[in-house]
Formats: sequence, C-alpha cells, structure tokens
Amino acid sequence: MAGSIPLKTKYSNEINARKKPSGDSKLVRIVLIAIAVLFFVIMLLVPLISVFVKAFEQGTKVYLAAISDPIALSAIKLTLLTIAIVVPVNTIFGIIAAWAVSKFKFKGKNILITIIDLPFAISPVVAGLIFVLLFSTSHGLLAPVLNELGLKIIFAPPGIILATLFVTLPFVARELIPLMESQGTAEEEAALTLGASGFKTFWLITLPNIKWALLYGIMLTAARAAGEFGAVSVVSGHIRGLTNTVPLHVEILYNEYKFSAAFAVASLLTVIAIINLIIKNISDWKISQQFK
Amino acid sequence: MRAPNKKSSIAITILSILISFSLLAGCGSSGVQTNSSGSGAAKGPVTLLNVSYDPTRELYQAYNEAFSKYWKEKTGQDVTIQQSHGGSGSQARTVIDGNEADVVTLALAYDIDSINKNKELINKEWQKRLPNNSTPYTSTIVFLVRKGNPKNIKDWDDLVKAGIQVITPNPKTSGGARWNYLAAWGYALRNNNNDQQKAKEFVKALFENVPVLDSGARGATTTFVERGLGDVLVAWENEAFLSINELGKDKFEIVVPSVSILAEPPVSVVDSVVDKKGTREVAEAYLEYLYSDEGQEIAAKNYYRPRNENIAKKYSQQFPQITLFTIDEEFGGWTKAQQEHFADGGVFDQIYVKK
Repeated sequence: MAGSIPLKTKYSNEINARKKPSGDSKLVRIVLIAIAVLFFVIMLLVPLISVFVKAFEQGTKVYLAAISDPIALSAIKLTLLTIAIVVPVNTIFGIIAAWAVSKFKFKGKNILITIIDLPFAISPVVAGLIFVLLFSTSHGLLAPVLNELGLKIIFAPPGIILATLFVTLPFVARELIPLMESQGTAEEEAALTLGASGFKTFWLITLPNIKWALLYGIMLTAARAAGEFGAVSVVSGHIRGLTNTVPLHVEILYNEYKFSAAFAVASLLTVIAIINLIIKNISDWKISQQFK
Repeated sequence: MRAPNKKSSIAITILSILISFSLLAGCGSSGVQTNSSGSGAAKGPVTLLNVSYDPTRELYQAYNEAFSKYWKEKTGQDVTIQQSHGGSGSQARTVIDGNEADVVTLALAYDIDSINKNKELINKEWQKRLPNNSTPYTSTIVFLVRKGNPKNIKDWDDLVKAGIQVITPNPKTSGGARWNYLAAWGYALRNNNNDQQKAKEFVKALFENVPVLDSGARGATTTFVERGLGDVLVAWENEAFLSINELGKDKFEIVVPSVSILAEPPVSVVDSVVDKKGTREVAEAYLEYLYSDEGQEIAAKNYYRPRNENIAKKYSQQFPQITLFTIDEEFGGWTKAQQEHFADGGVFDQIYVKK
C-alpha cells in the first residue's frame, strides 16, 4: 500500500486529463483488447470457419447431396415446422408477459418474472423428461387421456414442438421487459388520454417502440428452436424421417462416420446463427438510435 | 421521430411475418398427420418402426432396402421401415415410455425382457418364436488398437495393466458394454479355476483403467477413433470392422483375444403395437426374412456372424477363429447375469463406485 500512494499522485493529473474512469494504461488496454480478439478468433471464428471447411471438404456435390437427402429434408421440415409454431406462440406470450410485468403493478409480479426465467434455469434434459413423465402413453400422468383419444405426444412431432416451446419461452419476454420498463407508461397514458383505444395505443405507440427488441427476441427464439438438442433428444425417440430435427440428424450423421455430410447439415444451423448475429447488430443500433 | 406511415409499415411487416409463420404451421402440421397415419390396412402402404441398438445402423439400412423390395414383389404392398438407434438399454426405455416400435432388434435378450417391466407389451415366450433363440445373427467382443499396437495388447490380461487406458461404454445403458464386461469376467473365470472373487478383482482392475463411460457403443467408438482417447477399444466385432473400413486400415488394427463371449442380439415383434396398428403380418415377415439367404448375406457383409451354415462358410475368411463361451454356460442366462452384475447395487455398482 505504502508504495502505491506516490505512484497514484504521479499519474493522477494525466488520468484526469484523459477523463478515463478506469485509469488503465495504454499497455493494459492493448493487452485486454488483444486477449478479447484472440479469444474471439480461437473460440468462435476458427470453429465457425472449420464447420464450412469440413462441410465442403468433399466438394459441393457431397454437400448438396447431404442437404437434399430425404431424411435430411424431413429433418429440415420438422425443424421449420417447430420454428413456425414455436415462434408465433412465444412471441404473443412474450409480448403479453412483458406488457403485464412492465406496465402494471400487481401482487406476485416478481414471482411471474422468476417463473418466466424457469426454462433458463432447468437443464434441457430435465425439461425433456418432464414431458416424458406427463405424456408417456404407458406410465405418464396423462396416459389414460392420451390412450382414450389415441393421441401420441412424445416420440412424435407434437412432443418435439412442446419441448421446444418450453425451452424457448423466456426469450421474447426477456428482451422486452427491460426495454418496456425503461420506457415507462407515459406515452401510452398520453395516447389514452387523447382518446385512443387500447388496441390503437398498442399498435401505434407500444409496438413501434419495442419493435427492434421484439425482432431480436423473435430471432433468438427461432435460433434456439432450430438448435435445441437436449430436450428434443429426450422426447424424440430418434426415428429417422419422422422425429429427427436438424441437430439430431447432425449427430446421427457424425456417428455414422459421414463427417462431411454432418458438417454440411450443421452449416445450415450456422447460417441461421450468422443471420441472427446480423439482426442483433441492426436491432442494437436501432434501439440506440431510438434513445438519441 | 419517424412519420406515422413508416411506423405502421414496419408493424405490418412484423404482423405479416407472424401470419406467414402460422400459415406455414398449419400446412406443416397437416402434412405430418398424413405421414403418421400410414396404418396398416392390407394393401395400402405400411410403415414399420424398428427400434434397434447402436451399431446396427448400417446393417438395417441395407436390410430395410432388401426387405422392402422383397415384400413389394411378394405382396405388392409398399413398406417403409423407420429406424431408431441408440444404447440398447436406453432404446428399450423409450419403448417402455411409449415409443411405438413394431419390432425391436436389441443387443441382448434382457433388454427385450425389460420392455415388459411395467406391463406386458411383448409375449413372454418371445424368444421361442423364431429359430436360434430369436437371434438371426451373432457377434463377439474383440479389441481395436491403434496401428502397430504400440501398447502391445494381446489378450484380456493386458487390459488391466497399469497405464493402459481402456474405452468401453456404460454397462448400465449399453448392451455392448454388458457383453464386454461379461466377456472379461468369463476370461478371468477360465484363468482362475472359476474363482468368482478373482474374476471380480480382474474386472474391477479393468474398469479402473476406463477414463470415460459413453452411453452407447457408437459413442465409445467415436471417443476412441475420433477423439483419440485411450489405448484400446473393447468393441463389438462388427463395430471394430466397420471403424477400420470407414476410417482406414492405416490407423487401427483388430486384436483377437484368446477367448471371448458369443454375443446373441435378439429380435422380436412388439405384440401390443403390431396388434394396435394392424402390422403383425408384415412385422413378422420382416424378422423372418432376416433368416433367409439374402438376410444372412446382408448380416455377413455388415460383419455380423450369420446363423446359416452355408452362408457362414462362404464368409468364414472374414471372421477370426475365437473360442467362444455363451452366457448360459458361464452366467446361467441373462436374467441371472443382469440381477447379479448390472442391477442397482449389483457387482458393477460395487466395483465402479469403489474406484
């Protein structure tokens, strides 16, 4: 301690002049940036590129064959179907939940926020097992009802959709809540006082204010719905051409020593991730514009 | 702020995205329904689900094609066979949980028995319904080592030496792993005058050399072959051959131990499912055709030892000669072996936990 006091006085003028709150020296700054960039390259960029390198290793012919194989196509179809159902449902739920949490005061609000986060806290495997316990036709809680109606939920597409719905539930609400809370209710109140209907207020005031955060929440939901492995793996039954989603199909191909094919299909998921990142950047930029 | 018409145009865009998503959803779900309702009226196309264990992927891919062709020629009916693969124990679990398999083709008889745990889905006498205890092909357990056999692994005793890393899957979930375990146990019995205690110590020492337990045989193969972990993979003979063929003879070689176990992976129709779906006739034919000359040839080509003597003779060059003991000889059958060794608190739990 004793040694550091003179040091501090020696540099304090300079620091004040630059108005840098952290007071880092130039060297520290360079080292930190270098570490961040290096980490980014090693952990993200190299694996990302290697997916595409491996996918095209045996030429575009193998690549195209892998993604147009009937089993791959049915996996892609199932994944798209899952996205098509999960995204609208969770978007509508997310808007309602975020609205309720940020614009109203009511008892149990904090409990609601916690429950929305539950799917983040639970391991996807456990999430999948919950659905097995509920919907198993031999010992599930709802088995009598399912057998009576002749319904199959798990080991069939509905189970996959339900599990994905569960896992992706928080994304939209989580994106909207902080933004809507920070915006407050002033604009809506003004609109209502001027005689706008509730729906009109939502449509003309609230939605334009949250649209970029909403879009990003939707993209996150779609990306996770496309990529979810754990929960879906438990309820899938791994029936080729029927209950295999894209990530499960990638694993099957990999385990069958078809490495190029596995990475070709994986590259489809990677493309979704990249589109996702671009939209995130745009939406971040738009949100910051909004606040200027 | 922006002009109001721009606002609404963005809102309309978002709305139209949502609507198109839900329209897509509508089309998709109806498509799936027509797919899954392919139940078996006599002449219409029929779909079978074969729930199998890990290393049979390639075998059944080839066999399904052959059977579809045979069935079409014989009856004029189109049959599509869906496949599902995983650790034998976990696959049985999905059938218990309601995965509607018309046929199960698992790694060992006990896993098929266990499907009846909660309620009887399969006739208790299933193993007597087809020849050879309902096992149309057999296999055995061999070692896969890295090229040149750098650790000089020749037989089971080399696996318990210090510094050797052995890769084998988890006997709790993998059928192949249970055969591995019992093969090692049988070897130890034969070399210690049937002393069970010595055999237990031997297998315990072996599992002390296992760094990771995968849940299925294919996962263990990937660990050894792709991740480069371990000195020796204890594996199904067919799995060992396949990895050599798929990944190059310059990387791995097969070591045949002095003695091993005759692994009998059985097959059965799931009675409750075929009766419900009305697919009994085609499901039974599917399994019977495994015993035909064509079925046996496909098995042999995928490195399963055929039951048919003529076909076995034809492919005898392919399979190394090993002294094989059966589970009935050494362990008194699967039910007994399962209870003693793999049930909760059984010998495996004792030796693996006390690591």
